[in-house]
Order: sequence, then C-alpha cells, then structure tokens
Amino acid sequence: MADSPFTSSYIPNTDDDRATMLRDIGAASVDELFEDIPADLRNPPLELPEPVAEMDLRAHMEAMAAANKHGGERPSFLGAGVYRHFAPAVVPALISRGEFLTSYTPYQPEVSQGTLQGTYEFQTMTAQLFGMQVANAGMYDGATSLAEAALMACRVTRRYRIALADTVNPNYAEVVRTYAAPQGIEVVVVPPGSPGLDDETACLVVQYPSYYGYVEDMTAHERAAHDAGALLVASCDPVAMAMLKSPGAYGVDVATGEGQALGIPPSFGGPYVGLFACKQDYLRQMPGRIAGKTADSQGRTGYVLTLQPREQHIRRERATSNICTSTALIGLWATIWTACMGKRGLRHLAELCYQKAHYAAERIAALPGYSLPLDGTFFQEFVMTCPKPAAEVNRHLAQRGIIGGVDVGDRFENGMLLCVTEVNTRAQIDALIDALAELR
Amino acid sequence: MLVQDAVRNDAADRRRLLMERSVPGRTGVTLPAPDVPPQPLPNASLLRDDLELPEVTEGEVVRYFTHLSQLNFSIDTNFYPLGSCTMKYNPKVNEAMAALPGFAQLHPAQPTEQVQGALRLMHELQGYLIELTGMNACSLAPLAGAHGELTGILIIKACLASRGDGHRSRMLIPDTAHGTNPASAAMGGFDVVSIPSDENGNIDLEAVRGYADGDLAGVMFTQPTTLGLFDRNAAEMCRIVHEAGGLVYADGANMNALLGRVKLADLGFDVVHLNLHKTFTTPHGGGGPGAGPVCVNDTLAPFLPSPVATREGNAYALAAPPQTIGRIGGWYGNFGVLVRAYTYITLMGGQGLSDVSHNAVVNANYLRVKLRDLFDLTPDRVVMHEVVFSARKRKGARALDVAKRLLDYGYHAPTMYFPLVVDEALMIEPTESESKETLDAFVEALRRIDAEAQDDEDFLHGAPYETPMGRLDEARAAREPELRWRRPA
Repeated sequence: MADSPFTSSYIPNTDDDRATMLRDIGAASVDELFEDIPADLRNPPLELPEPVAEMDLRAHMEAMAAANKHGGERPSFLGAGVYRHFAPAVVPALISRGEFLTSYTPYQPEVSQGTLQGTYEFQTMTAQLFGMQVANAGMYDGATSLAEAALMACRVTRRYRIALADTVNPNYAEVVRTYAAPQGIEVVVVPPGSPGLDDETACLVVQYPSYYGYVEDMTAHERAAHDAGALLVASCDPVAMAMLKSPGAYGVDVATGEGQALGIPPSFGGPYVGLFACKQDYLRQMPGRIAGKTADSQGRTGYVLTLQPREQHIRRERATSNICTSTALIGLWATIWTACMGKRGLRHLAELCYQKAHYAAERIAALPGYSLPLDGTFFQEFVMTCPKPAAEVNRHLAQRGIIGGVDVGDRFENGMLLCVTEVNTRAQIDALIDALAELR
Repeated sequence: MLVQDAVRNDAADRRRLLMERSVPGRTGVTLPAPDVPPQPLPNASLLRDDLELPEVTEGEVVRYFTHLSQLNFSIDTNFYPLGSCTMKYNPKVNEAMAALPGFAQLHPAQPTEQVQGALRLMHELQGYLIELTGMNACSLAPLAGAHGELTGILIIKACLASRGDGHRSRMLIPDTAHGTNPASAAMGGFDVVSIPSDENGNIDLEAVRGYADGDLAGVMFTQPTTLGLFDRNAAEMCRIVHEAGGLVYADGANMNALLGRVKLADLGFDVVHLNLHKTFTTPHGGGGPGAGPVCVNDTLAPFLPSPVATREGNAYALAAPPQTIGRIGGWYGNFGVLVRAYTYITLMGGQGLSDVSHNAVVNANYLRVKLRDLFDLTPDRVVMHEVVFSARKRKGARALDVAKRLLDYGYHAPTMYFPLVVDEALMIEPTESESKETLDAFVEALRRIDAEAQDDEDFLHGAPYETPMGRLDEARAAREPELRWRRPA
C-alpha cells in the first residue's frame, strides 16, 4: 500500500498510523492479520477498474444517466403500480439530513428518537389513509407487503390456500407465489366477481383500485371472504384513498400498499416502501418493525421499537417474518410528503389525477379505432384498446417524444394501460391524443 | 425549579405530533388548479370524507422534522462501533448520483431501449460483485440483507428439487448466526438445526458430519463469523456438505473484512448475499433501504430470481433465468441503492476496496489489544472486521450499562448480547473509515466508564444521563401498545 498512488478520501489511517497500530497489535505486517485464510486462496487477483477521481466519476455517471429517457423530461403515461406525483423541495431537503440518512435501526432509543417518532408518524399516517386500526413501520415494497399479508392470513386462519384475484398486479401475483410455494401454500387465481372460496381458503387477495385502474365491488369481496371464514387482503393505492372509501370502511382485514405513490421518485423500481395495516386483533401476527409510545426514566413521552418477540432477532425460526432492515427512510419520506400535502392538499391532488385521467379517457373514447373496454369507476388509470398492438403504439408515441402506457394485450386485444396524474398537463394529454389520432 | 419546568415543556412542545399541531386551514404545499374541463365525480357511496391528515405549513414541517433529526445519533455525527452492522462513512457523492434525473425519474415499466444507461449500470455492478465473490452469476433483485438470505434459500430449494432432492429438509445454522438466518430458512420451508462452535470459535465439524446424510439440504454460514473470526473450518465444512449432496449458503454481511483478501467461491460456497448498505457504503437510513444482491456459482445460476440484466454486444436487456425461482420483489431491486454502490465501487476501484479490508482489520485488531485488559476475550486470537468482548468480569456493570453510558460520551453503543453464545457480549466493529485518534478516544471513554463502575456500582445502571431521553420503558410500550395517534376521546 505504501507505494500506492491512490489514497481514498474515505480511509483516514496513514502508513505511519498503520505502522504504530501494527506495533501495538504485535503484528509485523497487515498481511499477518489475514493468515487464517488458506495461503493458496489469499489475496487473489481482482479484476476491477482502477480508482476514479470524483470529478471524473461525475462525468461517467452523468453520461450513463443521459443514456436514459425519462418522465422528468418528456410526457409519460406509465403507471401500473408506480405513480409520478409532485414532491415539493422541502421533502428531499429534510430527507437528506445526515441524522436521518446515516443513522442505524433505532435499537438505542435514547439516541434515536428522531427515527422512532418519525416511524410513529408513519404508522399513524398509514392507518389513517387505510382507515385501519394499526400499521407497522413498513415493508420493502408493495409487492412483498402483499405477499407477507397473504402469509399472515394463513397464520391467522391456519388455512393454507390463497385466492388471488386475477385483477391484481401480475408482478405482485408472482411475488405472492414466490413467497407461498416453499411453505407448501397453494395459490389459486380467481375471477374477482365469483372467487369460489371454500373452507380451506385463508384469504381473498384483491387490489383496490384494481391493476386495470377500476374500483371493484369491495362490499361483495368482503362478503365473499368472510362468508367463507377467510380474511380479505387488499393492496391499495394510498393516493386514491384520499378520495375513495377506505379499505377499513369496507371491512378489509389486512390492507397493504405501495408507498411509492406518496411522492417517492420512481427510480427504476426502488427503493420504495410497503404499507402494511391490519385490524387490532391480528397485531401480534404482523411482520416487521413497530414503534410504540412509552415514557423514559423521568416520565417524558418517548418512543421505542415494541412487540419485538414477533421478530427474527428474538424468535429466530419461529418469527412472523425474516424481515430486518426494511425501508425506514422511504417511510419517513412518504410521511413528510403526506404532512406537506395535508388533509385538503391530498384530496385536491387526488381529484386532479381523477379529473385529468377522465378528461384523457373521454377524448380517447372519441378517437376512431380506440375504445375503453371496461365499464365502471376508475381513479387515475384505465385500459384503452388501440387500432394496433400496444408495443407498436408505444413506438409511435416514442417518436413523438411521449412515453406511452403498459402493454396489457394478454388480456385485452391491443390493450394498453394508461395512467394520468397531476404532473401531466393538459397540453401533454392533448399531445398524446394528437399522436394517438395519427394511428388508425 | 420553575426554569427547568419551562424548558421541559418547551421540549415536549417541540415534539408534539403532526396531528397535535394541525390547525384547519393551513397547508404545506401549493398545488395547481385543474386545467381540464370538470369531470363528474363517482357515486358518493364510493367516496370518503373521514380522512384525517395534518394541516400544517411548510415552515412548521421543516422545524418539526429538523428538531426530530437532532435527537438522532448518526454516522455523520457520531462514531458508531456497532458490530456486524459495518457503519462506515457514507459518501455524499453517492446521494448526488442516485438523484440524477436520468436515474431517479426512470419508470421501471419503460421499454428497454429507453433505459440502456440503467441496465448498463446494473450489468456492470453484477460483474463487480461476481468478481469480488468469485461467483459466476448475480441478481440485484433482493431488497435487503434478509431478503437476500431468503432468495439464497429459495435458490437452494429449487436446485435440490431439480435434482430430485426436494425431500431434503434440514438446514444447519451455527449457533453464532444472526436471527435472520433461521428465520429465512423457516420461510423457505426448511427445518433449522443449530450447530455449535468449537473451542476456537470455528464451526464444529463433527456436528456437521453427524448430519451429513440424505436429509441434509445445506448450511447457512457467515464468513467471517459473528465472532469476528475467519472460520478456518469453512472450506472443510463445504466439502463435507457437498459430499453429502447439500449446498452451502454464505451470509456476506461481514464482507468488509474480505474485499480482495479471499473470494468466497474459492472456499467452496455456492451462494452468497452481500449487504450494499454495509460493505458498499449506501446509507442505512434508520432502518433501510438496503439491498442484498445474491451471487451464485454455475450450478445455481439457472435458479436466480427474475430478472437479471444481460448484455449482447452493446445492447442491454432484462431476462428471466431458465429455472428461475420467480420474482422476489415488485421490480428489479432497489435501483437507487444500486446506483450508490456502483458509485462507491467505481470511485474506489479494486485498489481502494483492497485497502478497505486491510484498514478495517487493522482497526478491529487495534481495539482488541487496547481493550483486552478491560474485558474478557475468548478466544483471544486475531480477528477480522470486529471483536466480541464479554463484559462479565466487570464489577457492577453489565454490557447494557456500559453500552448506555457510552451514549453519554457521544459514542453509539456496540451491538449487545449478540452473538448469543457470548455471555454479556459487546460486539465492536470500527470499520476502516475511523481514524486512530477516534479509536484512541473511544478506548479512553471505556476506561473512564470502567473507573466509574469501580467507584459506584449503581451509577451505570441509571445511564444514560446526558442524551435527549433517559432509559425508556420498553415493558410499558409492549404491555399496552400505543402504536399511533388517535383523536382524544
């Protein structure tokens, strides 16, 4: 190392420091400390690039970022579980504070009250949005949150079949299968209108609004699940919940959701935060961390991680889940965003999405060759059928500088799932309509 | 007395919850008016008017959350010698790169031709992690360390099933392992068998041989171990397990000690997960987000979760491996975390990463020799990235007391009471990003705490005294769980 031309700005020890420390340790060289490693395997060649200075790194990274096209620079109508919403500058400013960003999981509550109280706020916000009694500190993302909810329903009911509506996000459905299979839990895909549940079904899993954007008959779902002695598990869009009746009001037992919609950048799929809420009765079967209120030695209100005997570091193989590090910072992000929006702001934002999406749908339905195959109420997403396959339509839109929607041709012939939120201006929607009209 | 009460009220006031601050009519954001013709709202029976959310101004949000942040310890403000957590410095440039609009604004459902830069980054990062572990293939999909463990376990399960060995149910896990290991094995549908360590802190090979039969699925193994030791029996253990038809999973949580020193594949491991939020400097965020990529050898490559980034010529794509275990998360992994780790690896290069393990191990051994007269150390042998002491010989002071008193001195507590095999464990990991001066000051603080304990046996039981809060009543929190704000009745 002594003759290395490279000195990392992240490593403080100098050659002199190391020499002094090695003398105290009683080792002749740094290599001596690694003698437990079999000699023939020690210090293998590493074929990695040479170190780069920060100045040069930036150019490299900016070039790579510039090789992507994105919704920040052009109109985008992609949704499918990841929604672009406006985030005021205050949110990233607070989130980037090192005291939040570089702290560990709050196992020492005396010096982690910021994280813990933020988590308590997150739990309050999640429970309020979903109209549920209790919420946890968050899961990895919406998909894993739903999978863990389905597993929890199996623990609660001691039944081992999951009925999954075929209108649930297909990625989520795949994750539910990945999680269920190794435990011998069966996953059956059912039409949401006639799920056909029996006395071995642990839960009916639905999405609200559905993957295709529409509001299903939640009252019928509730009756179907509970009549069969199963739980109703619903994956819900938290922003839609500013407008639509809450899952709690429908009698949902476990409500989950993708917290990304609460102002988190799409960031090519993560990091996000999974929302997870349930009825009080199922509290002790919940996975993940939970912050609770208590008092310190002087009687002052404070917060701690609580109900930890559910968790892996205490219960090991009998824990409710293996989850450990989750996505606390993204949960805090969602909390601050929602606090800024507030009661009226979030409702206003939701109505903007609704109004713009319905304006776009109305204009598309009037275009020759296009139609809306589904009836009913949708929030900010809907399916349109096009005169040509969705991939072809998207290529045409790309030529017009527009990022189109998701191909749902597997279910609707030439079908495309479109999403319109408040970040899409009327001018962008009109440009979309004009570009679509060019295809017959 | 009066003054103190006033101060206390003020402190409580600054911590009032958002809903307690809410005043109808206030807002923290300005939003545009609708720019489209009004559309009819849905039937009122589908709508709600019961949503309670705070009504606060932007300034109030800033003051509240800034105050909350100041109640936290963090790497940016304090030395964090938290064993097995690798709390090293998190470079600021990582954050700047992840925030580039070309990465942060990218939607995961965009067609591959629009996201070539992102896929290239993923493909190159896969390659770097493959090179560091000596494996043959990599998936970046797992969203945290335990998620990577679960992924590794599911890969093992799928491989065994494909060999007609789906009945193998037994997963051996050393008694020193992190709790996520047995929990992940259980989620994978395996029966967990705990394996002891021998007197040198290595895995007990005789115990492993005792289970080397047709029911053995594999072993979950942490190298270096949570005792901070490089397990000298690892290679032999892998050989025994393979001979019996099992597979070996390596928990790469402690990879910081091994960068450039040894490749886990060369020791015989079949699959390893890495914690990008430990070894590769992505911030821990008070409990995530992390990322737990898994690297596997050729035998296990077909079973990786979908999708993985692939390259053909200069075109990048996403593809599902032929016998994939399926999707493990919503999309492709925590991409924003991947950007940070890629940034760090690019800055450091092979040379810099190799310097990391050297300095991390020097720092840990320096603390070992500087503190071994204060605490018990069994066995006292060269350690890797961390050192685990026992506080049991300390008069009047348990590990908990020492840890809590350290908070008063401005140091985060070490990991306590883990691993479970060490009585009154204090697990200390300094990482390479701390200087000799910091380590010397930390040693001095522990010496003073020792003197305090000698003077007054009870003094430490009341610590901490100078932190934002005193010891919190965890029993009370669990007895009557209060887990959210509710409007007072």
